[in-house]
Amino acid sequence: MNRDRRAVITGLGIVTPLGLGAEALWTGLVEKRSAVRRIGAFDPSGFQCQVGGEIDGLKMSDFVPKSYRKSTKVMARDIEIAVACAYLAAQDARLKTKCLIERGEVEGPPNIDPARLGANIGSGLICADLVELAGALASSVDEAGEFSLAQWGLEGMSNLTPLWLLKFLPNMLACHVTIVHDAQAPSNTITCGEASSHLAIGEAVRTIARGSADICICGGAESKLNPMGLLRQELLGRLCTSCNDNPAGACRPFDAKRDGTVISEGGGLIIVEELEHAKARGARIYGEVSGFGASADTTSWRSPDPEGRGIATSIRKALYDASLTADQVDLIAAQGLGTREHDLAEAAGIRAALGRRGATVPVMGTRGTIGNNGAGSGAIDLAASVLALAHNTIPPSLNTTRVDPACGLNVIHGDPVDARIDAVISTSFAPSGGQAACLVIRRYGD
Amino acid sequence: MSRRVVVTGMGWITPLGHDVEGVWQRLLGGHSGMAYTTLFDATTFPTKFAAEVKDFRLQDFLGESYGAHTDASRNTSFALAAAKLAWDGAGLSTASDLDPTQVGVYLGGGEGPLDFDNFVEAAVKGWDHQANSGQGGLDAVKWYQIAHRKLSPVRELEQDPNMAAGHLAVLFNAQGPNLNTLTACAASTQALGEATCIIRRGDADVMVSGGTHSMVHPFGATGFNRLTALSTRNEDCLKASRPFDRNRDGFVLGEGAGMVILEELEHARARGAQPLAEIAGYGSTADAFRITDIHEDGRGAIAAIRAALADAGLQPKDIDYISAHGTSTEENDKIESLAIRQVFCGEGRKVAISSIKSMMGHLIAAAGAVELITCVLSVRDGVVPPTINYENPDPNCDLDYVPNQARKMTVRHALSNSFGFGGQNDTLVISAVEG
Repeated sequence: MNRDRRAVITGLGIVTPLGLGAEALWTGLVEKRSAVRRIGAFDPSGFQCQVGGEIDGLKMSDFVPKSYRKSTKVMARDIEIAVACAYLAAQDARLKTKCLIERGEVEGPPNIDPARLGANIGSGLICADLVELAGALASSVDEAGEFSLAQWGLEGMSNLTPLWLLKFLPNMLACHVTIVHDAQAPSNTITCGEASSHLAIGEAVRTIARGSADICICGGAESKLNPMGLLRQELLGRLCTSCNDNPAGACRPFDAKRDGTVISEGGGLIIVEELEHAKARGARIYGEVSGFGASADTTSWRSPDPEGRGIATSIRKALYDASLTADQVDLIAAQGLGTREHDLAEAAGIRAALGRRGATVPVMGTRGTIGNNGAGSGAIDLAASVLALAHNTIPPSLNTTRVDPACGLNVIHGDPVDARIDAVISTSFAPSGGQAACLVIRRYGD
Repeated sequence: MSRRVVVTGMGWITPLGHDVEGVWQRLLGGHSGMAYTTLFDATTFPTKFAAEVKDFRLQDFLGESYGAHTDASRNTSFALAAAKLAWDGAGLSTASDLDPTQVGVYLGGGEGPLDFDNFVEAAVKGWDHQANSGQGGLDAVKWYQIAHRKLSPVRELEQDPNMAAGHLAVLFNAQGPNLNTLTACAASTQALGEATCIIRRGDADVMVSGGTHSMVHPFGATGFNRLTALSTRNEDCLKASRPFDRNRDGFVLGEGAGMVILEELEHARARGAQPLAEIAGYGSTADAFRITDIHEDGRGAIAAIRAALADAGLQPKDIDYISAHGTSTEENDKIESLAIRQVFCGEGRKVAISSIKSMMGHLIAAAGAVELITCVLSVRDGVVPPTINYENPDPNCDLDYVPNQARKMTVRHALSNSFGFGGQNDTLVISAVEG
């Protein structure tokens, strides 16, 4: 890490089914309030898993200037979540961006040079809106009722709005955010599944370190809560299928009886800022991103390495980068998807990287409460890490009742635990694809 | 001492062929890769042609490794083949003491094509025409019954945009940083720039980097046709891609991959590898303007170009050749010309500019990577490829576009631009290796 330009966290913008804002996330976690319920966005009754985490009442006019309201019509759900997160993050960091000034919520001029404000936002494979697309496709059938590509080319495609493609490009999360907040420094979009947020935040920290920006809006957002998104997870065998009658108990990270994860929509955007810049404007500093490591499994791109080698390498690299020893780690914010194979691989990777400390360091899991937010998961976990550090409290992993001995981790469950927390490592990995990334957060002190 | 990054291997799968030297000669000869679309029946589409990759078989490139990758999407297959060519070309297949944790992957890779027929069948049969008082609606239960039977787990999984990078990690035992960026048409230039930064800061010594994409499928063509971004010159598709020409009417959808091996200079020298060119500078900005339009003053493009020059420690006068984004759309070519004029053309100075999209079409996420490779070859051979189909000067585009004929010239420093929907701007500076 470049010690000349250190990056600190000065704002959290979180949107999860627990509510808007980082505070809603934190209280939901410590009060063990499950965000998972029977899916209401569409009729899930045919699906094997019929539960998920849904965000209620996201009103886009609350997050953009009036002049931008028309553009909210071409936002896929993932984009909406990201735009909401960015607003909350800028507000939390007391950044006077274009959006907040135009909304009349703060007085100008901006307290950040737009040319020095960047973005790096992880996103998933955004599913086309099936209702919109299926309706258009169903109008292009021949006399036998079968789809006709000739008919589609001739007329059917005209039923789609001209900007149809732009609803689903993964970089549109960052594009809308950079437009709304006037961020003209480097804007990147990482698409590496559940590792996306960590990679985006780590790379944003490096972008600041190399001097290409002073502040980055970074993290990720995703919603798989649509028929196609849910089906794809079902086909991959990743979902809990035993809890349709008990949604709150569905996702059980590292539990001996876990049987799958649960999809959830949500995301997090974090404001990372160059330390001197943050100090100069009197920003509140949540903590320092002091280490970043990235790696990949090389045994398979379909399923995780059972030994968690990519995860272990990413942790080792992050600790080395932060000049931290395993003994100094106070908390591990694990990804803990709640599937059998992924939790085993992650646990193996953590134990391999931390040695004898691997079995004793407290582990925090959030998936049991909120479900799997895909590309947004990592940023949500990072926010939870930062808040654990601020409160010196570890929220429990909901639904974990007996930790799987094969995982061999000290997963905090039952009730919140008070503990002095100065250094957190947050792990992440793509369930398929093999990408792994780890971030180290340390308490900031002069 | 700062760490310099060089290119030590290159490979591409393109509409003009699959071998580096052969395609290079076809580019210098002004050949076009366009033809009527064969990958799907486009006869009723507004645009009926594309620049497709032809005669491609992954097994021809992977040899005995092929068996593990038979399910790769078209997108990932291009990436695997191009990367294998680059890896072997760099001499890495016989390198003995590579530290795998210092070998990474950074791609600008697209999503794999949708399982079109099965997806469409489920969508059409899952549509309830009677729902919502006759407006119609999706019957999710019915849709599910068809979709879960028809769609295959592997085929769905292989569409994820991180799959190509995952395949490459396995193929090359690359345990270093592994990333995919998808910033639309700027993706692979951004990947190459960021991969360069990763090597410079010491997080890797070797990066497999570049881009891959295939959007030559019904929904890809639908998306771009609806945006009216594609040329509809159906009667004369060889002349459809005409960057900077007054009568241009959109880009031509292409597909393929470009992959290079980026390597820290001393690491390359220590193992006796030949550095082909240096990635001397990288600049990246956002327009922060509109999702559909480029900033009318070229604000973001100018800032990216200037950032790349500053990163390389060069002045505008040092740049001999610019590989333009040059899509052949009205807007891009006008504003890119404006940006280049603003940065480079003070005091009557001219700089040679060309767009190989006139021959290759637009490879979307992979475009920047194949254009980087042509810059490396231009530096190596002292010749720059032409912009073909340049017939009618446009007063808005009044620069030297190397019209229709390749030009022999010394290229010490080349610059490559890529711009993407939503205001993504990325620029690289490619230099002859000195010192």
